[in-house]
Amino acid sequence: MARITAGLTTSHVPAIGAALDLGKSTSEYWQPVFAGYDWAKRWIAEEKPDVVVLVYNDHASAFSLEIIPTFAIGCAESFAPADEGFGPRPVPVVRGHPDLAWHIAQSAILDEFDMTIVNKMDVDHGLTVPLSLMFGQPEAWPVRVIPLPVNVVQYPPPTGNRCWELGEAIRRAVESYEEDLNVQIWGTGGMSHQLQGPRAGLINREFDISFLDRLTSDPEALRRMPHIEYVREAGSEAIELVMWLIMRGAMGDDPKELHRFYHVPASNTALGHIVMEPAR
Amino acid sequence: MTELSDFDDIPGTTLFTAQRSRKGYHLNQFCMSLMKAENRARFKADERAYLDEWPMTEAQKQAVLKRDYNAAIAEGGNIYFLAKLFSSDGKSFQDAAGSMTGMSPEEYAAMMLAGGRSPEGVRSIKEGR
Repeated sequence: MARITAGLTTSHVPAIGAALDLGKSTSEYWQPVFAGYDWAKRWIAEEKPDVVVLVYNDHASAFSLEIIPTFAIGCAESFAPADEGFGPRPVPVVRGHPDLAWHIAQSAILDEFDMTIVNKMDVDHGLTVPLSLMFGQPEAWPVRVIPLPVNVVQYPPPTGNRCWELGEAIRRAVESYEEDLNVQIWGTGGMSHQLQGPRAGLINREFDISFLDRLTSDPEALRRMPHIEYVREAGSEAIELVMWLIMRGAMGDDPKELHRFYHVPASNTALGHIVMEPAR
Repeated sequence: MTELSDFDDIPGTTLFTAQRSRKGYHLNQFCMSLMKAENRARFKADERAYLDEWPMTEAQKQAVLKRDYNAAIAEGGNIYFLAKLFSSDGKSFQDAAGSMTGMSPEEYAAMMLAGGRSPEGVRSIKEGR
């Protein structure tokens, strides 16, 4: 049977992709950011997951204001890097896993999650930057990816509790898939950041560290956190953190934190990264 | 739904509610069009003429022409859509975000390096905290 073997979270700051693509990853500014992923890169090289369910938000790339799915799942064979206004990132095409993706979609829908099925979609920095952070600059990504875009652009985004429950449904779906696959789930985005208005540049280190702690110590409090609290405390774009709760919901009770990294700044953003595994 | 009413209580912050999305629909869809290289080229060749192809308000067009991102957001723009505009100018999120704060690019970069803007005093207008 397929199993969810680990959960990972990371920010997906576009400037990180640009730094890597433009050969600036060893600069004084960026070196500490990339160094923060050395542990996880070694770890994932040993773990060799077959598939990553990659939870991210589309930043008005695949979805404009014409169609705004709250939860979508990419069921295509492959996904091309999006042109976000400066040409597509020079990164490999993302290979999907249509069979598992369709299985998750069907299972989640019958589990009362009304997923939007997407058979054609370009993927933006929200999805490709986490892959770059974990795998560097390979010829081809060494893992198949099921993109799971969540609306956090148009209000209201889904609640943290709903995200958590979707994570639980994804775990049930994966565990009912017959093939023996090693599956990871990644929640991306966050942490503190505000990209707009006179309050831009907001960073709340205390909130972020507490959020990282509570992912394992008090996740029930995070499930109930209203949107306004994310925005007040950690900036308008910190609302992306609800997506981390999809990962966390898929971990079940008492997961073990294996690694964490926190760094300010990456461009406008506080970068947070955590690796955990479900209780055995 | 109660919390929606609190969304205007955060200083210097505009959340992309249904009302704003409706107001900014054509402004944001114009921005999306800049994801295609041929559209970027046509826009750069004659910005005003390109904008006039869209059913946008004059205030929205002026915000775009002036690259006044606070004004664009006030007219219903959303930062991830506006990103297509500043990206096609070769500007980063840091350039654009900084431009909305009244700080110089150098001041904004220095603030971020020093740990960013503190949330103290900018959490709530009503509660003054």
